[in-house]
Amino acid sequence: MAIDLPRSRRGSREGATDGRAGEDRSVVAGLDALDEAPLLPPRSGPVRVFVGSVLPPLIFLALLVGVWQLAYVARIKPPYALPGPSQVAQTFWETVQDGRAFDAIWTSLSRGAFGFVLSLAVGTLLGLAMWASRWLRAAVGPIVSGLQSLPSVAWVPAAIIWFQLSNAAIYTVVLLGAVPSIANGLLSGMKQVPPLFDRVGRVLGLSTLGRIRYVLLPAALPGYLGGLRQGWAFAWRSLMAAELITYSPKLGLGLGQLLNIGRELSQMSLVITSIVLILLVGIAIELLVFAPLERSVLNRRGLTATR
Amino acid sequence: MTAHALTVDSATAPDATAAPAVSVQGVSQVFTRGGPPVLQGVDLTVAPGEFVCLLGASGCGKSTLLNLIAGLVSPTAGRIEVSVERPALMFQEPALLPWLTASGNVELALRARGVARAARKAEAERLLEVVNLAGQGGKRVHELSGGMRQRVALARALAQDSSVLLMDEPFAALDAITRDVLHQELTRVWAEQKLSVVFVTHNVREAARLGQRVVLMGSRPGRIVREWRVDIPQPRTIEAPDVSALAGRITRELHKEISRHGH
Ligand SMILES: Nc1ncnc2c1ncn2[C@@H]1O[C@H](COP(=O)(O)OP(=O)(O)OP(=O)(O)O)[C@@H](O)[C@H]1O
Ligand SMILES: [Mg+2]
Repeated sequence: MAIDLPRSRRGSREGATDGRAGEDRSVVAGLDALDEAPLLPPRSGPVRVFVGSVLPPLIFLALLVGVWQLAYVARIKPPYALPGPSQVAQTFWETVQDGRAFDAIWTSLSRGAFGFVLSLAVGTLLGLAMWASRWLRAAVGPIVSGLQSLPSVAWVPAAIIWFQLSNAAIYTVVLLGAVPSIANGLLSGMKQVPPLFDRVGRVLGLSTLGRIRYVLLPAALPGYLGGLRQGWAFAWRSLMAAELITYSPKLGLGLGQLLNIGRELSQMSLVITSIVLILLVGIAIELLVFAPLERSVLNRRGLTATR
Repeated sequence: MTAHALTVDSATAPDATAAPAVSVQGVSQVFTRGGPPVLQGVDLTVAPGEFVCLLGASGCGKSTLLNLIAGLVSPTAGRIEVSVERPALMFQEPALLPWLTASGNVELALRARGVARAARKAEAERLLEVVNLAGQGGKRVHELSGGMRQRVALARALAQDSSVLLMDEPFAALDAITRDVLHQELTRVWAEQKLSVVFVTHNVREAARLGQRVVLMGSRPGRIVREWRVDIPQPRTIEAPDVSALAGRITRELHKEISRHGH
């Protein structure tokens, strides 16, 4: 030890930076370990999820049915106008059993999906074009925004006059309902991209196309997704409106048409059944498609608040 | 990594005869028409392989000058010439793209440079190792601390593989220990790859620790008021007496320059 000391001292002076670099590097590793995100609270278990987000709507639904039953028992309206929950449940079950429910859901959903994909293509191209051309944005922008607030059911008469009672008429209405939301969502998403990101793309030496592909579009994704979500909601509503009005045997049986049958037969339980089916499809698409999509995009960017 | 005993200042002293890496001549910058100039008559020449530190009070136009050199903004008046097509720039903010991982951000720079897909992953990992982030490449930007983000940004700037490196207060958010290590890494990479560096900082000691030349900018309008040649050989440390002494002299000058605006 006593002999080693001077030598190691000399050594440490010569290799001052060497020794320090190694030492400091491990210190940095230690600092980084301290920097690690604190352990996240354990993911909530199934019981928690059930109590937190499944139970409340179920309780509310039960309350609603209870109030309905009370109103039925109290005869606020005659039974043909306000059937009780049990009658509606029976009609619902019959519609499911004779296959009409699934037929109608399938017809409407496939129409909705096709119309939505069409709107997606048109809306995305329109949004990109509006972003690229200042002139186009000035010219078309106000009309697109205006269309967003025009209930697309207003187009149904025109669509019927142009295309008669056909699928083309239905898709016209769906497109006019969904395209503006999608185009505007993409446009506002792209406008909100921080200029710093574009400068990063330029500093890295990406071409204009490369900057659009690797910087601008990914940065605009959250806004675009919001537009898609709203676009779907508008497409689905427009579809129901169009189906309700363009009732014709050769168009097949969609949910809107099922609703119309209920109206013509003055069968209130079928009307309520159809409304419930339409609502269920809307909730299912939201919960199974858009919510997870949005969550994964936001999570990846750390944009979701952990409460 | 080994830090060789560099005798940089004598061996690779900036070559005044070669074409400069960066040449800024009489540059003025006005942002708002009729408004006060942010920069006025700035002249700055960086020789190939030179390490220049740019000091100045907040708001004096350091970032503006760096953006001009990087070609992100064109000057209102004057000429700027850079020896490479695209200087690498490290922004004052980490400016990482939040939808990419740490490695993805570095790989984007490699992709822009035309590095083949197969080679990108390994090269990004190597660069992250240089900034002490080995094995952290898979993390999302929001999972990294501020200092780690700044280091990823450094790795991304190095991935540009440009011989001119512009850095805007790159280590301001780091703790002293990490900063010391990165100072060593930076001087090592600088010497190895013969980079020309313009390094903006608020920290006088950091400037004295790193630069071969320290340039002091004055405010309103931004211009160059003084410069010091630093002949202390690398490797230096930030606590070394000669570095401290120089820092003291520069600080006094900086105070004089700032108090000029007090009345
Ligand atoms: N795009 C711009 N438009 C208008 N004014 C600007 C713009 N960019 C910078 N400025 C102004 O120019 C001046 C210098 O800004 P700059 O960011 O270059 O300062 P800085 O020296 O980098 O400051 P800091 O040390 O705080 O980063 C500031 O007064 C700022 O308000
Ligand atoms: Mg700045």
